[in-house]
Amino acid sequence: MTSAAGTSDAALRQLLHGLPGVDEVGARERVAALATRSIKKDAKMAALDLAIAMIDLTTLEGADTPGKVRALCAKARRPEPRDPAVPPVAAVCVYPDLVGTAKSELAGSTVAVASVATAFPSGRSSLPVKLADVQDAIRAGADEIDMVIDRGAFLSGRYGQVFAEITAVRQACGSARLKVILETGELATLDNVARASWLAMLAGADFIKTSTGKVTPAATPPVALVMLGAVRDYERAAGRQVGVKVAGGIRTAKDAIRYLVLVNETAGPRWLSPEMFRIGASSLLNDLLMQRSKQRTGQYAGANYFSLD
Amino acid sequence: MAGTPQLADPAWAYAPAPESAGIVSIAPEYGLFIDGQFRPAAAGGQLATINPATEEPLARVAEAAQADVDAAVTAATVAFERVWRPMPGAERAKYLYRIARIVQERAREFAVLESLDNGKPIRESRDVDVPLAAAHFFYYAGWADKLEHAGLGPQPRPLGVAGQIIPWNFPLLMAAWKLAPALAAGNTCVLKPAETTPLTALLLAEVCQQAGLPPGVVNVLTGAGATGAALVAHPGVRKIAFTGSTDVGRQIAAAVAGTSTRLTLELGGKAANIVFDDAPMDQAVEGIVNGIFFNQGHVCCAGSRLLVQESVLDEVTDRLRTRLAALRVGDPLDKNTDIGAINSREQLTKICELSDAGEAEGAQRWSPACQLPQRGFWFAPTIFTGVSQSHRIAREEIFGPVLSVLTFRTPDEAVAKANNTPYGLSAGVWTDKGSRVLWLAQRLRAGVVWANTFNKFDPASPFGGYRESGYGREGGRHGLAAYLDA
Repeated sequence: MTSAAGTSDAALRQLLHGLPGVDEVGARERVAALATRSIKKDAKMAALDLAIAMIDLTTLEGADTPGKVRALCAKARRPEPRDPAVPPVAAVCVYPDLVGTAKSELAGSTVAVASVATAFPSGRSSLPVKLADVQDAIRAGADEIDMVIDRGAFLSGRYGQVFAEITAVRQACGSARLKVILETGELATLDNVARASWLAMLAGADFIKTSTGKVTPAATPPVALVMLGAVRDYERAAGRQVGVKVAGGIRTAKDAIRYLVLVNETAGPRWLSPEMFRIGASSLLNDLLMQRSKQRTGQYAGANYFSLD
Repeated sequence: MAGTPQLADPAWAYAPAPESAGIVSIAPEYGLFIDGQFRPAAAGGQLATINPATEEPLARVAEAAQADVDAAVTAATVAFERVWRPMPGAERAKYLYRIARIVQERAREFAVLESLDNGKPIRESRDVDVPLAAAHFFYYAGWADKLEHAGLGPQPRPLGVAGQIIPWNFPLLMAAWKLAPALAAGNTCVLKPAETTPLTALLLAEVCQQAGLPPGVVNVLTGAGATGAALVAHPGVRKIAFTGSTDVGRQIAAAVAGTSTRLTLELGGKAANIVFDDAPMDQAVEGIVNGIFFNQGHVCCAGSRLLVQESVLDEVTDRLRTRLAALRVGDPLDKNTDIGAINSREQLTKICELSDAGEAEGAQRWSPACQLPQRGFWFAPTIFTGVSQSHRIAREEIFGPVLSVLTFRTPDEAVAKANNTPYGLSAGVWTDKGSRVLWLAQRLRAGVVWANTFNKFDPASPFGGYRESGYGREGGRHGLAAYLDA
């Protein structure tokens, strides 16, 4: 869709700034209207299970150790030891140097290993360093790469550089799937979110992702609305279906279900699967398990009935 | 991925989420509310009101005849002279605040009752109708002791008895729009709700009792056209406020001509919703949908003509069709319903007749696939493309979920086409360019111009139209003027 000439700052600016604008008030109203959807009974049960299956169970702390990652992986493959019907999560998400640990813990399961890369979370490093970061993760066996875009470059209009970096990372990924983190909290406006979404998709993203989880605000419903609209429109224009990942600050089952409603009524039901929609979270999983058991037993179990990993 | 759960259906079916009707207890019959009491019509006449979503009867209400109109106006006159006019504004305000609070406390009851009697989705009655109704009472309560600051003179005086006739599309909200300013200004009221939607007005009368409102200050006469005509003709009524069709508005204006009775009319519309090539597309589509499908299109200020810039016609209509496919038509009491029932068989017939005319005129008709219930009055959301200004569906108010799509080339042409109607109630403008919003707002002949939004109401904001959309304004300081002698 873009030629070599079309990847200059000026050409990309024309394209991205030519996208329809986003009215912030209207976007918030749409989100508020969709938040009134009442999801009960079968629909709620299905949503809870689907949300669990869509989780990228995440630990991205300086203090991460192999022990911590092993515990996380055990939870990922069997979130509820008392009930094997609870699906495993979609993936775990860790720093590159812990990918190896995660891979061996998850061997034989359906849970993928996603690694952050490209000087996560700030993205403030040279391209060679970022690519080396990616290569480390790939060599260690990562199935998915969650890269960050250079927000400084984006906000100063160097769209060509952002494009080139994503393309280079996409190439370094090989057969691994690439998620591109826009860090929407730093992009600030919904217009920027729309533009960054398109830029990432044009450069080859398999997923566009809201946040690193290290900056507030992280994922918000209006941001998700814009990104879901972008992937819908991109597929119509370019014939390729790109996924969306919301990450950061999603702690309750209620929030997760609201996002599923957004997916359903914005991008459409074809995005309602772990192939096309992910939720980056850690504490959310226990709330989903608690709501799930409440639906089945009629009672809320205490927090200590759900493992802390 | 093996073992990945899928949702039960490929399309995620939201399970039924009905609001319980148990919160409301509807009596088998209701009397007229005159002088603080409910009583049957003197001649015993009754009308039935049904649930338009199911055609089930809900209740029988009294049909007020001449004797009842006389009794109500007399009660209102006595209450005006002896109680309400002498009462200081701050005291009147207390009753209005009390009514507002009780409406809020009984909000769920009002919302469910409104949806049962009118057919509109519970989400709308709960989130729009009831909160706005309470807001009007709160707002005008605040004016009751500040009339000398309304810019209408140092001592503006109330007129006396106000006869108020309201339509079936927003039964409770229209009652609030009428009663609140009239009472705040010191008038007493005789309210005639619409024939097909009397129940929330009667519940409001109960709230007036609950608030201890002095007898005769508010009277509610249920009935049909004849009741309204008798009220309009009554010499004891000093002021008529009417919201409804342009035809009936004209009749009332004729009846009142030559008398000293003051009159305000809020009538029909055929509003233009104008979408430019630089509009925020997704939000514009929401605005178009809201503009014509909110309340099933039973809105005087509905954006029933989409004027889309020709260069983006295909893009907008494609997005619109995709969006319409996600609209949920069905049980008004289901919290996930977007579009409810048409209020009456009569209205449904009108909508069908005009839609057939649209096809006959050569416009292209489209509706999303919809499973409409067997019983009740239903009409699928409908779009007509290829419409021109000379088509009936571009000129006549359909008052249903039917959108006529026309095109324009330049801003000048948009203004000309938008204004090329005998109506002038509202308009919408969708563009990312602020200067263009201001340019259009100055030139559009419409009582309210919405910029990148639609159907936004506030008690502080005056609402009303030009030309055949009526005269006078409701809401804000302007809304007081109709009820005062400066």
